[in-house]
Amino acid sequence: MAGIQSYGAYVPPTRLPLSVIGGGKPKDGGPERSVAWNDEDAVTMGVAAALNCLRGFDRGRIDALLFASTTYPFAEKQGAALIARALDLRRDIETVDFAGSLRAGTAALRAATEKVQAGAAKNVLVIVSDARLAAPLSPLEKNLGDAAAAFWVGDQNVIAEMGASYTVADELLDLWRTAQDRFVHTWEERFVVQEGYTPCITEAVQGLCDRANLDPAAFQRVALYGPDARSHATAVRKLRLVPSAVQEPFFGRLGNTGASFAPLLLIAALEQAKPGENILLANYGDGADATVLRTTENIEKLDARRGLSWHLERRRPVASYDQYLRARSLTASEWDAGENPGLSATIHFRERDEDLSFRGQRCGKCSAVQFPMQRVCETCFAKDDFESIRLSDLRGKIVTFTFDYFFPTPQPPTIVTITEIEGARVHLQLVNCTAESTRIDLPVEFVFRKIHEVGGRPNYYWKASPIE
Amino acid sequence: MRKDALRDRVAVVGVGCCQFGENWDRSPSDMIVDAAYEAYADAGIEDPQAQIDAVFTGSVYSNKGPHECSDALKLWKPVTMVSNYCATGTDAFRCGVMSIAAGVYDTVLVVGYDKPKDRGVSGPTVMMDSVRDLPKTPAGWFSFAAAQYFDQYGAGREDLARIAVKNHHNGTLAPNSFLKREISMDDALNARMISWPFGLYDCAAQTDGAAVAIITRADLAKSFRDDAVLVKGVTVQAGPNPQKDPSNDFLSWKPTVWAAKDVYEQAGISNPRAEIDVAQVHDCFTLTELLTYEDLGFCKKGEGKEHSAAGNFQLTGDLPVNTDGGLKSFGHPTGATGVRMIYENTLQLQGRAGARQVKDAKLALSHNIGGHPTACGIAILGRD
Repeated sequence: MAGIQSYGAYVPPTRLPLSVIGGGKPKDGGPERSVAWNDEDAVTMGVAAALNCLRGFDRGRIDALLFASTTYPFAEKQGAALIARALDLRRDIETVDFAGSLRAGTAALRAATEKVQAGAAKNVLVIVSDARLAAPLSPLEKNLGDAAAAFWVGDQNVIAEMGASYTVADELLDLWRTAQDRFVHTWEERFVVQEGYTPCITEAVQGLCDRANLDPAAFQRVALYGPDARSHATAVRKLRLVPSAVQEPFFGRLGNTGASFAPLLLIAALEQAKPGENILLANYGDGADATVLRTTENIEKLDARRGLSWHLERRRPVASYDQYLRARSLTASEWDAGENPGLSATIHFRERDEDLSFRGQRCGKCSAVQFPMQRVCETCFAKDDFESIRLSDLRGKIVTFTFDYFFPTPQPPTIVTITEIEGARVHLQLVNCTAESTRIDLPVEFVFRKIHEVGGRPNYYWKASPIE
Repeated sequence: MRKDALRDRVAVVGVGCCQFGENWDRSPSDMIVDAAYEAYADAGIEDPQAQIDAVFTGSVYSNKGPHECSDALKLWKPVTMVSNYCATGTDAFRCGVMSIAAGVYDTVLVVGYDKPKDRGVSGPTVMMDSVRDLPKTPAGWFSFAAAQYFDQYGAGREDLARIAVKNHHNGTLAPNSFLKREISMDDALNARMISWPFGLYDCAAQTDGAAVAIITRADLAKSFRDDAVLVKGVTVQAGPNPQKDPSNDFLSWKPTVWAAKDVYEQAGISNPRAEIDVAQVHDCFTLTELLTYEDLGFCKKGEGKEHSAAGNFQLTGDLPVNTDGGLKSFGHPTGATGVRMIYENTLQLQGRAGARQVKDAKLALSHNIGGHPTACGIAILGRD
């Protein structure tokens, strides 16, 4: 029985109140959307969701990683391999990127299921992450959101079995972005809904119901993609779904999070589901797909984890539109990060264990932990006698800090710390914290972030974040 | 290791210092020539080609290497370039002193210089060559001591501002300084923040500059001038990166503590506060000067702020510190700074420091600390 064993979500805490777009003031309780901040992208959000999914599980058992996104920063160079390194997974695993369509995530989930069913892999990690950019002041800017979802797919202790599915392929110029475009383009909304979304999603859900011999009213929970609130509501009606079974689509709270949208709604459904429920997962993009999942008794045994509800509570509104524009590099700057040749590929290669996997070492002689790797022990001077250890899932505490107003960021100052992890002292930026809350001995955990974009490429590293 | 190997073996017979500042119209060669020819005249050297045996030069920003100095002066001699973070100038001086004490050369030219204002940025560059250790600006890493020090000793930004006010005042009295403007405590406290707790006035300026010292065998000093000063001790000391050092308490900087112990032994100093008459210390940031009072043993750990508030380190105090205004007023052309301090101490010991003269100064200390900070240099000069 192949299905989902665990899940994890990530939504950036930053919210853009729609009232500030164009220069207005933030309104309390008004509609808003989630925003990946300047040190976040599809990769970092994907890593965060995956870490939430892996919590309590042995990540050494993962033997394939499928990464789905329409906004992975490189056109050539794999995202899954990069994420596998950040997650410190085994080397002998299969890594695949799924891209090009908002259905990339549900396609990856199906592929993972089929891999497990075929016996090609025992445990597959599926990560779906999107941070799509809309043109400033366009209608789409208000509608989109940024988020990631992750699933552990296997055949042991599954909490929800992946059941029958039905897929429709379609060709329509509704949403697109060429390799040269920064912003998502869209054709006229009514065309997209009337000729694209509604007929495709209807065809897929109807096809699934026929194939699985299910009545649409038989779904106790529904994770349904919708391009916007109105067409989502229309589809619920047309499909004869039970309205109370349909997961709230979070328009005006998170926004349409692209490829991760339907998977996030699935996580919201799994968080509340009881054993023995039928969950419909229906997604749209260049066609549509629909899958039925059936929850098992194991769903009650899964430890509490950071799914969607945890992230819904955790919000930090942006104070001004200008901060948002700067965070997403939508303002002109005198010096383009691409004008610097950037980090040497050879240095990057040598420092992968530290920078991406956040690995340090423990001295075999005196047991002192240190970071980064070195040949001679900082404490007892023993040479080449070290055991590599992963620091990313340990906790630390702040030794000292400063607030740097010089480092380029949309919201100065940058909080910079010396953080102690098992006795090792590491120079790290602190996020998810204010200057007022920064203090000596503050306990922290670690998050994978984009540190800068010199060379016109994202360069990733870890940051400290107060334990929540 | 022989602690007395350098003491009283080498004399400073000539010093020179160019105008420090944003020297848009001066190349490194221009500044080197200004400082060196002033030092030649000071030492009474009329034929440097014949009278200088070797050159030790220090620069951190130069990408041209030792030739930049030898070409400026047309001195086709043994020329060595030294680089040791902010202790570069002091280390170039130390190498020169050691070469004379070893009996290799009689007379050596020490040239410290740097030209950071050709880079197009007003502060230091935010270095992006690595993904770790960010943000890599000196203000960002020297300020790490503040949270712990403030927490431990109840110090605050006023204790830093007082040092900026003092050094700005002293700078008005030094002809070659860059900033010649008195500031108030409010000016310092209300300035824009650079890296907490450092506001603009807690930070040294970025300037261009060059300084030169001519040193010779102590027994030859009289042939240059009657009031030559003697090298009592000079050292450099490396320390662990304080950001990684698991035993670092962020209350002091180890390289200074260790270098002070060594150089006091060299110079035979047992009570630095009582014996030293004037000191130039590395005030790249005001907090660095505050920690340095204590790390050099001028007072007990944690008591620097009280001594500072009492005015003990002002020109009128018992141990004037940074009599020429320090890095605060001169700026910090990295390679030049250590030699600029030796210039000031030489003038102080010879009674030639004008309005900022410390009365009857006999023993003078100069100190640099740089890197993360990971390197310290200290030189002690005296007259008998």
